[in-house]
Amino acid sequence: MEKMVNVFLFGQEYQVPENLTIMTAMEYAGYQLVRGCGCRNGFCGACATVYRIKGDSQLKTCLACQTKVEDNMYIAALPSFPIKKQVYDIEKINPSQAVMRQLYPEIYSCISCNACTKACTQGLDVRKYIEYAQKGNFEKCAEESFSCVMCGACSSRCPVGISHPQVAMLARRINGKYLAPSCEHLENRVKEIKDGAFTQLIEALMQKPIEEIKELYNTREFEK
Amino acid sequence: MYSESFQKSLTVVEAAREKNIALEPERMTEKQRKQLLAEYHPDYKKDEFAQLKIGVNKGDTVPLELAQLLQAHSRISPKEVDLSVPYYDTDVLVIGGGGAGAAAAIEANRAGAKVMIVTKLRLGDSNTIMAEGGIQAADKPKDSPVFHFLDAFGGGHFAAKRELLSKLVCDGPEAIKWLSDLGVEFDKESDGTMITTHGGGTSRKRMHSAKDYTGAEIMRTLRDEVINQSIPVVEFTSAIELILDHKGNAAGAVLMNMETQKLTVARAKTVIIATGGAGRMHYQGFPTSNHYGATADGLVLGYRVGARLLYAENLQYHPTGAAFPEQIFGALVTEKVRSLGAKLVNAKGEVFTHPLETRDVAAAAIIRECSTRKNGVNTGNGQGVWLDTPMIEIIGGEGTIEKRIPATMRMFQKQGIDIRKEPILVYPTLHYQNGGLDIDENGMTTNVKNLFVAGEAAGGIHGKNRLMGNSLLDIIVFGRNAGINAAAVAKETSLGKLTLEHIEKFENEIKSAKIETKMVSPKLLPNYTKQNI
Repeated sequence: MEKMVNVFLFGQEYQVPENLTIMTAMEYAGYQLVRGCGCRNGFCGACATVYRIKGDSQLKTCLACQTKVEDNMYIAALPSFPIKKQVYDIEKINPSQAVMRQLYPEIYSCISCNACTKACTQGLDVRKYIEYAQKGNFEKCAEESFSCVMCGACSSRCPVGISHPQVAMLARRINGKYLAPSCEHLENRVKEIKDGAFTQLIEALMQKPIEEIKELYNTREFEK
Repeated sequence: MYSESFQKSLTVVEAAREKNIALEPERMTEKQRKQLLAEYHPDYKKDEFAQLKIGVNKGDTVPLELAQLLQAHSRISPKEVDLSVPYYDTDVLVIGGGGAGAAAAIEANRAGAKVMIVTKLRLGDSNTIMAEGGIQAADKPKDSPVFHFLDAFGGGHFAAKRELLSKLVCDGPEAIKWLSDLGVEFDKESDGTMITTHGGGTSRKRMHSAKDYTGAEIMRTLRDEVINQSIPVVEFTSAIELILDHKGNAAGAVLMNMETQKLTVARAKTVIIATGGAGRMHYQGFPTSNHYGATADGLVLGYRVGARLLYAENLQYHPTGAAFPEQIFGALVTEKVRSLGAKLVNAKGEVFTHPLETRDVAAAAIIRECSTRKNGVNTGNGQGVWLDTPMIEIIGGEGTIEKRIPATMRMFQKQGIDIRKEPILVYPTLHYQNGGLDIDENGMTTNVKNLFVAGEAAGGIHGKNRLMGNSLLDIIVFGRNAGINAAAVAKETSLGKLTLEHIEKFENEIKSAKIETKMVSPKLLPNYTKQNI
């Protein structure tokens, strides 16, 4: 017999097997999920959830698909949290500190309460990457925020209304497009293909009878 | 984290580690591969397939569960829908908000078409966001699109449509550049050189990555760009039936709000199906690495209006799904783990296959180890083999795992397993739909005009088995391609009278073939509530 635990889904009590995640516990209880469920593997951020263990003063945040149920867990899903996303033209943007100030000025109101970091479902140092964003250090902001799944748990806890995932998104795109070193062999290859350097080779291969292609495949050499 | 019952096998694996690292296992010959697949790969289990009785692919076999969906009733009767007052009116309608749909929408919008995306979950909820290991492109000096073609053609059992595969490999470098220009952060050396690795069946190191969040990094960037371009996105709304015009061309879709069930009509000059895969169909009872909405909707929508399927009988079982613990059963363990040097090891501590055989071969080898050879590890929830992750730290140096595969490390860390120190248990998981709707080089279906398909819902690009890293490439190359061509065709299209006559026609076929079914399709979402477990 599986061991059962008591959980409270939106205030309603259910008994569920202890080895379930919050997400599968909801389904066990009979919920056919539409919102608050995406990749079910911790990558998409659809299932941000808040919970409190009975008697505990701490409100905790997690991804429902990645977190096991606990006894006396009070659970509420946070399937849609309104965060601020500014629209910009990546081709025309000026990759400087000014752009952060212009698009997300509220980051400069940060009171360093660290609620965002505590809330992060990925264990990121959110406050630190916001500090980097304030200074216009996009490279470090991108690096610190890289594993963000944009679930919005941080923003839900922020007293000054910062939309941390969007700040980080902007920093990463600026870093990827403007600050990371450009790739010479990629540029060269794109040009070679445009100039038709491989056209004849590919066509010749495509025209070959299947047996000949098989032979080429089975005897090809592997780069070490 | 591993209990007593695993210790015996674990000790053997640890003791053999040094020897196993040094071992260079041979790759199988063509004959060996063929025999292994025929005996152990799920695609070869005849009783798991059914012959279609109706539609353009009548007589072809597809997985049992897919046959049921393809031959099920429509969710609506034409009488319920008033086609004369479309709620949405657009040039290009993109169905699906994953990587292919987003890439298509961005290009259609750039081409000046009026475009909208409809998606049954949120923009970005897709298999793209879960793709970890990488994206292939032949952009290194030692590499060439010719080698890329050969690897993919052979890996797909020489069944790919050559013109589609040629487009995939020749447009590959341009796709990487396009993503890079949008701000996608690829792993690079300090001089800008791409850090690339091998994938199963690649002859050159052409796997580009963004740590092991490659798909997530691509998807969040595309999503950001879709929003920046102010492309309308209708979320939590599914397309449940395509609409044709009186000439038989695609002309829109009937949409259903996933929460209120309200129906609306979207009229469009061209339609792009970018609905993704089918892992949540759980073919043959397999767990899946796919996202919640992967239920083959696009195949159903297309099939009902007469679009042809190609290789719908070929599914990909990713060799390394998590087999333990139960909370992550079936979740993807990226192939990059093997690219970085981890080998597959059985319960006795033996390396039983080259770690970078193609996915179908590696999956079959694991199934053989766990079945007839009886060399699997009992996980308490089934069988598995070891993937010896600590090898990576020994080969690449301490810190390699954290730097190169942080998501994998994090996933197991949450389960109390430190993959830097302990190996993990894996077993094949349903991962990818190799086939799909048959398209031409422009991305249009071969027999329904103005109906385009991009991404996993399309068939023929990869043949009968896809290589790692060719799917992220496919969604970009063929997503963009479909967007550009759908926009161009839309410009020359004047719509005729809209009709849903095909529903009745299909219903008559069901009756004539004496198919007894109460099922309606598309499926839209799986049902995991308790009464359905």
